[in-house]
Amino acid sequence: MPETNHELQNEVAGLIVSTLNLDVSPEEIQPDASLYGEGLGLDSIDILEVALVVSKRFGFQLRADNADNVSIFSSLASLTRHIAANREK
Amino acid sequence: MTALSTLPLIAHRHLDAVVAWRGSTPVSVRQFLGEVEYVAGQLPPGRHVLNLCGDRYRFTVALAACIVSGRVSLLPSTHTPEMVRQMQRIAPDVFCIADQGADVDLPTFRYPESMPPPAVTPAIPDIDCAQVIAQVFTSGSTGVPVPHVKRWGSLVRNVRAEAQRLGIGVGHAILGTVPPQHMYGLESTVLMPLQSGAALHAGRPFYPADICAALASLPRPRVLVTTPYHLRALLTEQATLPAVDQLLSATAPLSQDLAEEAENRFGTPLHEIYGCTETGQLASRRTTAGLEWQTLSDIRLRREGQTLWAEGGHIDRPTCLADVIELTGGSPVSTTFLLHGRHADQVNIAGKRTSLAYLNHQLNAIPGVQDGIFLLPQGDSPDSIHRLTALVVAPGLIPSALTQALRERIDPVFLPRPLLFVDALPRNATGKLPSQITQDLLTTLQAQSATREPA
Repeated sequence: MPETNHELQNEVAGLIVSTLNLDVSPEEIQPDASLYGEGLGLDSIDILEVALVVSKRFGFQLRADNADNVSIFSSLASLTRHIAANREK
Repeated sequence: MTALSTLPLIAHRHLDAVVAWRGSTPVSVRQFLGEVEYVAGQLPPGRHVLNLCGDRYRFTVALAACIVSGRVSLLPSTHTPEMVRQMQRIAPDVFCIADQGADVDLPTFRYPESMPPPAVTPAIPDIDCAQVIAQVFTSGSTGVPVPHVKRWGSLVRNVRAEAQRLGIGVGHAILGTVPPQHMYGLESTVLMPLQSGAALHAGRPFYPADICAALASLPRPRVLVTTPYHLRALLTEQATLPAVDQLLSATAPLSQDLAEEAENRFGTPLHEIYGCTETGQLASRRTTAGLEWQTLSDIRLRREGQTLWAEGGHIDRPTCLADVIELTGGSPVSTTFLLHGRHADQVNIAGKRTSLAYLNHQLNAIPGVQDGIFLLPQGDSPDSIHRLTALVVAPGLIPSALTQALRERIDPVFLPRPLLFVDALPRNATGKLPSQITQDLLTTLQAQSATREPA
């Protein structure tokens, strides 16, 4: 990941923790570990909550083919890359 | 009551009528019937099916193929490894039908990628009203799901009454944000379109922008079948909303404020549907018009001492309701009522239902757990989601291992947040856990946890 994304990644980790009121600190989220299922344990309700916050903060709306395809959320790093590529603010 | 002995698979009258939309491409009745017949001929011998198709059209074809071949679809509340094992115990011949990677440990029939062209004039099959087409499950108190059979005649009468109440029929296009594998989605996004001559949308859009795009791709009149949780996300994120001609919400009560905002911004009435696993859909209300529910045609609620029965309409035999219901109209038999809440043991998070007894059984079945209890969330605002808490005595287990063991057994929405480890639960002399004492312990633990958090 480019150096410039580190700051964004930290911000996204902070957004996830604060939005969901998680019992971990942002630094504890492993960039390449799964955000849902066995990793951080987020489910579709959490993902929708985070999506709303991401949309508001970065000025673009997340899209997916269907409800089973939320691959943007496969890891903190992939979510950060997606935001970096699509953000409008 | 004189009941017909068979009812047709679909209510559409012409082979060229539209039965589904895949994106903006229509699927005709002719094509649908051809695919149903083809899939029915390919299925393996088992008589019980777990239909995991993610595409709603493929789910519908697979369901119809099971119906015309006399198979029973199993509809458990979740697909965790433990629940799949329980389905296998109930029906050892169960296999799953999947249209993408299925993550269950069952023999799998892969939904065909391509099919031969349909016959020129396929016939619409008639289905015996007494045929069991599905089994749905409630959470038993002993950790074993309790099956309830669904017969074709009763299901059809139920969704026809729903369509009649909502004014849905030929020409309507129906989009759902809920999965077809649960009762609400099965009834309102699969069976109601099939039995009213309407068309179902094959997708299940997730993000608000996807829901709006899918709606905009459909011809009008359009119907959105959703939940309070998706509705709130839509209204929060989307500045402009596509026109919709009917909104339907279920799975949890909606506040009148959210209902009013939805009606104003979509420019259409919003109705809520109330039902339960045992009876199917029972009543509806237009939330902005008042909190009172009106039963669907010919259904009555009858109070007899402490017991409340639902009867008439599509209900084959009087069925006892567990919810806290006040009949209105001043008589012990009524078609209108107020709903004051679910039964105390019932848990409903984002529309998924289970019971505390079931969750507690699963928690205590994990090796290393000496004692444990789930607690209901204290917050009670209807439009936001609150998670469960669990207190557990498990000195040899680390939290991540316990969470992982729970994930194998219960749906992820019920995973406790927080999961709190304690030395012992404050059980009284009879082994019971008085709720006030448990809540006091929880308050103390949460206060301790808050003081440890960094500023």
